[in-house]
Amino acid sequence: MLAAYAPLLAWLVLVLVFVTGLLWVTDRIGRPRPATGKADTYECGMEPVGDAHRRFSVHYYLVAVLFILFDVEALFLILWALQARELGTPGLLEVGFFLAVLAVGWLHIWRRGGLEWDR
Amino acid sequence: MDVPPLRTAVTILVGFGAMMSLAAGMTLVERRLSAFIQERYGPNRVGPFGLLQPLADLIKFVFKEELLPAGANPVLFKLAPALAAIPAMLTFAAIPFGFYDGRPIVVADMEIGVLYILAIGSLGVYGIILGGWASNNKYSLLGGLRASAQMVSYELSLVLSLVAVLAVTGDMNLSRIVLAQDSLWNVFTQPLACLVFLVTMFAETNRHPFDFAECEPELVGGFHTEYSGMRFALFFLGEYIAMVVMAALMAVLFFGGCDVPFLAIADTPWWAGALAMLAKTGFFLVLYVWVRWTLPRFRYDQLMWLGWRVLLPLSLLNLAVTGAWLALSGPAGPGGAH
Repeated sequence: MLAAYAPLLAWLVLVLVFVTGLLWVTDRIGRPRPATGKADTYECGMEPVGDAHRRFSVHYYLVAVLFILFDVEALFLILWALQARELGTPGLLEVGFFLAVLAVGWLHIWRRGGLEWDR
Repeated sequence: MDVPPLRTAVTILVGFGAMMSLAAGMTLVERRLSAFIQERYGPNRVGPFGLLQPLADLIKFVFKEELLPAGANPVLFKLAPALAAIPAMLTFAAIPFGFYDGRPIVVADMEIGVLYILAIGSLGVYGIILGGWASNNKYSLLGGLRASAQMVSYELSLVLSLVAVLAVTGDMNLSRIVLAQDSLWNVFTQPLACLVFLVTMFAETNRHPFDFAECEPELVGGFHTEYSGMRFALFFLGEYIAMVVMAALMAVLFFGGCDVPFLAIADTPWWAGALAMLAKTGFFLVLYVWVRWTLPRFRYDQLMWLGWRVLLPLSLLNLAVTGAWLALSGPAGPGGAH
């Protein structure tokens, strides 16, 4: 079963060699020729004010946390899906309960305003 | 499962060539087709019909000067394009293009093909976020943040729509998913999942109408504003290969892959199957361009709204209905692969 991964390893090596080779060649041919103002960041032609590496409030962080929760639950669903036929009605009832809990959680998030990060 | 080593070597080399040709060809198709839609000519000077344009682009990109913006993080700035391109190239290895001699034409015929593509494919967003942050440009930073906002909104529906397909087939191996569709394509049993996947595949590849990470009218060029030369090209190589992979995945999961309509896969000559697969992939690639020049762009908060309040309940509902249908029809039910 692991035999399928040997060609994948060869493919990975080929991809890495290609990308590093391409960057190696371009780093040698496309050398930078510094000039005044060339290294300035382009912000619509305005003089750049300050630095972009500063603290920045990411408002949707709660959505990102919720995403992790729901994504893990999607993993559990994959395990059921692969055996959906064999598990039959008992499996359906169990996964139905799981889906119902998921749906209630989702409704609760919506009603409590968890998705309204832009307000 | 023991494929002759020579055949594996040929598959890897031909596969790599095919991946590069498809991505390079797609840049030309996109430029010629957008020109056609806008009643322009597009690039038609280099070679017959402009066919050598991608090659000319490559030479130009290699010779172009690489700029490092003031205050940028040099290591991440130089690394980010490779981080964006490599995952896309890796996912291509799992796509089966047909059957030759009874075995799938695929680089790596993995048992967990679908999971592999989902897992590796989502790593590409790191390249975009890191590239946007490392540029020390406020617009690039916003582009990178938008890419992450987009990722946390659509990826869930993407996975859940595929879970329904996995439930119907009972398998994660892509070539066996193709074989299971010999008599009936998944698009007919899973139309809702197909629709959700269609929407999310545009978001997965950062393509219009969900191309907020670049969004040239608002963010200059978004995450790649400060990039030039080959590193700029690598971002787009990654994006085009990701488009090819998503279009091919659409064909494999919902439209029977190499299955020619009204013909059993076992009776189809291998070249006819491969051509059918390429034709289906090509259709969805053209759809990418067609949509780009036909629909207006969303706002990224609208995508988050769409993802969390429309696509997520829709795919959960689809999963529940699919589960009920499968459990009630039993192990030998419709489309039974077992």
